[in-house]
Amino acid sequence: MRRRPPRPRIIPTLLIDRSGALVKTVRFRRRTYLGDPVNAVRIFNLKEVDELILLDIDATRDGRPPNFERIEAIASEAFLPLAYGGGLRDLDAASRAFDCGVEKVVLTSCLTGGPWLIEAAAARYGSQAIVACLPVKAYWRRRRVHLPAGGAPMISDPAAAAKAAVDAGAGELLIYAVDRDGTYAGYDLPLLADIAAQVDAPVVACGGARGVEDFAAAVDQAGCAAAAAGSVFLFQAKGRGALISYPSREAVEAAWA
Amino acid sequence: MSRPEIHVVDYGAGNSKSVLNMLRALDLPARLSSEPGDLLTAERLILPGVGHMDHGAATLRGRGLADALKRRCLEDGAPLLGICLGAQMLTRGGGEGRADGLGWIGAETRAFDTREIGGLPVPHMGWADTWAVRDNPLLPPTSTEARFYYAHGFHIVCDDPADAVLQAEYGRAFVAGFQRGNLVGVQFHPEKSHRFGVALLARFAAWTPAAARKGGIAA
Repeated sequence: MRRRPPRPRIIPTLLIDRSGALVKTVRFRRRTYLGDPVNAVRIFNLKEVDELILLDIDATRDGRPPNFERIEAIASEAFLPLAYGGGLRDLDAASRAFDCGVEKVVLTSCLTGGPWLIEAAAARYGSQAIVACLPVKAYWRRRRVHLPAGGAPMISDPAAAAKAAVDAGAGELLIYAVDRDGTYAGYDLPLLADIAAQVDAPVVACGGARGVEDFAAAVDQAGCAAAAAGSVFLFQAKGRGALISYPSREAVEAAWA
Repeated sequence: MSRPEIHVVDYGAGNSKSVLNMLRALDLPARLSSEPGDLLTAERLILPGVGHMDHGAATLRGRGLADALKRRCLEDGAPLLGICLGAQMLTRGGGEGRADGLGWIGAETRAFDTREIGGLPVPHMGWADTWAVRDNPLLPPTSTEARFYYAHGFHIVCDDPADAVLQAEYGRAFVAGFQRGNLVGVQFHPEKSHRFGVALLARFAAWTPAAARKGGIAA
């Protein structure tokens, strides 16, 4: 088992749509509208969250570049580490995202086209600034990397895809369990453990978290370096109204084994 | 008294904008500087970085920014804060990429050895408690709860341990900050470290190095 980092990060994941609004999905489909992401970021900033991940979930599907104005407005409010993903198809788009004030770029679709963008971005910005995101779907006991845009082919072995991304220069892996997204079903621990055991880079769990016990499980049982979540930070409870929250450091630490 | 502007060096491969955002939120006069001529008039400078040493150092040299920084900071004694890669570039280098660092402080930049840190993942990404091991302009030695955000696969090793003023741990103790005269550097990202970073940047903005008081820079 991989050694636990001294302070595993707990990371809210914020999704924005084509209008720049904050939304939350269930299984990457059904969306709940949650208003202005800049407001949400202000609140997370006050709560001194460890880090934020911002994903534009329509950019690739729409075949458009990222909404740089929106990213800049959000980054200007975030005095904490911010990662951005969505619609980053070339080095120029990644450069512009960094210029907006984000620390890391999250690259997903490039996995189908070969690792060249990860290589190019890592060569310029360093591995610590490159997050490879693997959306993974379960097919019975099998897991497959599922790239949503444009009928892209699926990759059958998530751990092999993770290793390829790290070899290309990704400094971190965001493993997003698509069919647990927004379901409060808990993380896909076997999947996370399988990947974390095979790569040196930090693995970030995402998809299905219900609370601090799940964060602790991702770190202690699956060997992840960090735990990301959306719904649990954005809603009062499953099926309830919107409420931004973030656990105290004491609550998180009490959940570690 | 009007406070001098802080020049944030913009060499096209850093997170200069993040640094500028935080300085402005602090109400500190600041601007991005991408021209050597502009740096030559700077009274206080920040060299940020979320880049690759190879690309960063080559860009600084190629654009004439390294020479301007050298004149302003090494000869005139203007206070300079290097952040992450910006701090590493002040060392001789030796780790990331092929291009050498600027070598203005006696230190090397080395890759984390996973065996030395007990198999922790590399790069080190996340928050770490950070403390002062000697008096310095950035963090009071009395501070007991400071934590900062780190994102680095390389760390700095000072030739003279007296230069290593801040320390943190990631499987092993490493240099979180150094000071040599008017040159200071931090391995973490104060611009992304909530109130802890706010306090540190405010202290840097208020700091007058001993050398600068003697001449060179009008305080």
